[in-house]
Amino acid sequence: MARTTTVGTIARETSFYSAVVFFFVLAAFPFYWMLITSFKSNSDLYNVTNIPFWFNDPPTLEHFRYLFEKTLFTTWLLNSLIIGLVVTAITLVTALPAAYSLARMTGKNGEALGIGIFLTYLVPPTLLFLPLSRVIAILGLQNSMWALVLVYPTFTIPFCTWLLMGFFKAMPREIEEAAIVDGCSLFGAFVKMAIPLSLPGILTTVIFTFTLTLQEFVYALTFVSASDQKPITLGVATDLIRGDVFYWGEIMAGALIASIPVAIAYNLFLDRFISGITGGAVK
Amino acid sequence: MAAVVTQDIVKKFGEVPAVNGISLTVPDGEFMVLLGPSGCGKTTYLRIICGLEQQTSGDLLIGGNVVNDLPPRARGVAMMFQSYGLYPHFTVRNNIAFPLKTQHVPHDKIEKQVQWASQLLGINHLLDRRPRQLSGGERQRVALARALVREPTALLLDEPLSNLDAKLRTMARQEIKNFQQRVGLTTIYVTHDQVEAMGMGDRIAVIDHGNVRQVGTPTEIYNDPADLFVATFVGSPPMNIVSHNGGGYLGFRPENFLPKSMVEDGAATEFKFRVDRSEYLGAERIVYGVMEGFESKQLITAKLPPAHVDESAIRPGEWHPFAVKNSALRYFDKDGNRTSRH
Amino acid sequence: MVAIADSVPKAHSRFHFILDRRDVLGSLMVAPAILYVLLLVGVPFLMAVYYSMSAYTIYNPSWSFVGLSNFVDVVENPAFRQTLYNTFIFTFGSQILGLVLGKFGALLLLRPFPGRKFVRAIIILPWAVPIALATVAWQWMFDSLYSVINWTLIALGFITRANAPNWLGNPDLAMLSIIVVNAWRFFPFAIVIFLAGITAVPQDVIDAATVDGAGFWRKNYQIIVPMILPIVAIGLVFGIVFTFTDLSIVFLMTNGGPVGATSVLGFAGFQTGITSGDVSHGAAISLFMLPVLLVVVIFMLRFIRRREI
Repeated sequence: MARTTTVGTIARETSFYSAVVFFFVLAAFPFYWMLITSFKSNSDLYNVTNIPFWFNDPPTLEHFRYLFEKTLFTTWLLNSLIIGLVVTAITLVTALPAAYSLARMTGKNGEALGIGIFLTYLVPPTLLFLPLSRVIAILGLQNSMWALVLVYPTFTIPFCTWLLMGFFKAMPREIEEAAIVDGCSLFGAFVKMAIPLSLPGILTTVIFTFTLTLQEFVYALTFVSASDQKPITLGVATDLIRGDVFYWGEIMAGALIASIPVAIAYNLFLDRFISGITGGAVK
Repeated sequence: MAAVVTQDIVKKFGEVPAVNGISLTVPDGEFMVLLGPSGCGKTTYLRIICGLEQQTSGDLLIGGNVVNDLPPRARGVAMMFQSYGLYPHFTVRNNIAFPLKTQHVPHDKIEKQVQWASQLLGINHLLDRRPRQLSGGERQRVALARALVREPTALLLDEPLSNLDAKLRTMARQEIKNFQQRVGLTTIYVTHDQVEAMGMGDRIAVIDHGNVRQVGTPTEIYNDPADLFVATFVGSPPMNIVSHNGGGYLGFRPENFLPKSMVEDGAATEFKFRVDRSEYLGAERIVYGVMEGFESKQLITAKLPPAHVDESAIRPGEWHPFAVKNSALRYFDKDGNRTSRH
Repeated sequence: MVAIADSVPKAHSRFHFILDRRDVLGSLMVAPAILYVLLLVGVPFLMAVYYSMSAYTIYNPSWSFVGLSNFVDVVENPAFRQTLYNTFIFTFGSQILGLVLGKFGALLLLRPFPGRKFVRAIIILPWAVPIALATVAWQWMFDSLYSVINWTLIALGFITRANAPNWLGNPDLAMLSIIVVNAWRFFPFAIVIFLAGITAVPQDVIDAATVDGAGFWRKNYQIIVPMILPIVAIGLVFGIVFTFTDLSIVFLMTNGGPVGATSVLGFAGFQTGITSGDVSHGAAISLFMLPVLLVVVIFMLRFIRRREI
């Protein structure tokens, strides 16, 4: 009896850990593939008889060197940084007061309006890119990264308003009310109490706004074709190809560098992010 | 400091009235307690006074000025919240100084006022701490200091003791009352706890369904309840109410309902009382039963001093002669309002 | 004691007090966000609707109204019907695969084991990392000559180099490939949603079910799944909307090919409207997303409302 239990336990543990390994490999392998490709020499990469999972020739930094010295990679990095920062600023300035108002000041209508704003997050870029490219042309922003600065808030504002609404709703009203009785105006209570007390939520929002701008591809593809105006995602995915030739080492190196900050940010802020998303729906 | 007067205040949320025409005058320096069950509108009324809610109709006067349309900061009232509403990101010093800073009081004056208020409440040594490092009692004192520091027109308190345990509550009650007497501040205190109301209030306003049922000193409220609601809401156990004279009601307090042998002097009315059950509580004995010839929704209770009661006079299952002094009998008409006898 | 006149400051101006009204200040505070969204989502949306009923191309920017003829043109084109069909296959194939992976992954991650935090951190990656970058990594893995997948299959003896599949060159395999990549991209999101839902189920409900004699499957499918359904439904709505309207995976991996086998609505709209400059037909193609979006949104609103009661 005791023996069958042990055997059963071992079998169960084995299948459990195999399943964990399966998921781990499934999720991680493409990134491992990026990593190893970016450090392999070309002669190693393009030889079908080599075992592809490990280095057959010594690792090399040639792809990274090429990426930084011979391509516009640093420009794309800088473009993405500027786009991310400006979009985050625009988003905060509009979404923070909006979320506070919807959570605190507009009552039942605010609830409906909040859902309405959030629904606009679901309007896809592929439905809007045609008219928006006209708008951008009218504003003289075609082929400029500033077009993206203009357009990205259309999805970051709804998203962050919803997220911040969740954070504000989870905060007790009493402190703001105490401030109002103690002599603050309504707006003063928002600035002096609500904002400092929701800093963790705001930080989460900032991080996710930034990552949303990094992840965006469709608008970038549509509105920016000049190489020196591209954000990093678009640049790496479309600009490291000469005719039919893919510079795989460089592409993977660029993808790796662009992925790392986003991966770290997601993991650090995931739990707060989830509570914000669900907090907006559940009171 | 100032008198707070409301005239026919009504507040509706949608169609539902939360406050249904409250007129109340709280003179300068009085400690007024608003007592009522939860959901009776007393907190809404308090929030109207401080300006966190806007009344649907009616006038609010503070110090003789109509302040209906003034925002909270222009009314000069202070409020202490249920969980005190201390600013967690400020030190105690900055918590206390905050009401002065919002009024742009000069820096040295702020420092002086903070010293004065914290001295008064004995919290000088806590000034550099943050609220989460304080005990419940200390938080209350900080909240009081913050309320006091700008010498408000009136102090409003919204169930400030409900987050404390029973032991702390007695102490906190004492502290608030002493403080109020020392400063002579017009105070409106909201609670659902009749012990707090009786123990602290100069006067009590009993509120139910958005209406004031009775305003009076604790003695008046207890001895001469204006209607059945007040009679049964105040007192523990509540006043016994029995049907009387077809449609009217007769009421008497449990401590006035005694074995006949214990009611000696003066005119008294005798009742036959069948004891069902009794509880010995140390200082008192509560006896439950029914009265012959009278209808009542609840069991009739008698509150007896154990030392003076003969066990045989309250033996369960038997009928015993009980009596109430006539001066302790209260009469109510069929609508529940107090009448003289009929 | 302080006189009343001192402690009641005089009103400075009418405007000063208007901002003390919750409704007024509240409206002012939402206004910038609403305006931004109205101007750059609402107006373009209406423009898209008008484009789809005009004869507008970048070569001939006339605004002449042609009614529904663009839609007729589009529907009569067999390539478009293929695109519509592809879009549904792509969406539902990858969502079902992603949900199944997500449910099993969540069950695994519920159980504590050494290194769980690290495993979770890695499993989140496909969802976190910009999809365009992950897609090029997959494209490289599916390379016609240097595919690591084929290399492994050959090494394991399943296939020979001579008949190694050309993943992105064969119509069926190309569809399968983009479904797999999209499911791979979404399953961490599904895991996160499932985990959030399951941890929100109160432990005492689960305990009560255990005491009442419910076994593993009964507990799972009669207690837990119904309780987390609303949150999973909202997760699914996101998955469907973003997949149904996506363009990046197809654009980067297959460019719609081979011969239109992986063309989806978003891609076709891009091809026609941007690449070829036929804005009106492009807009008409994109607008075919609308019915699906509407159904999904109505479904979502009903769920949100039901949760609030």
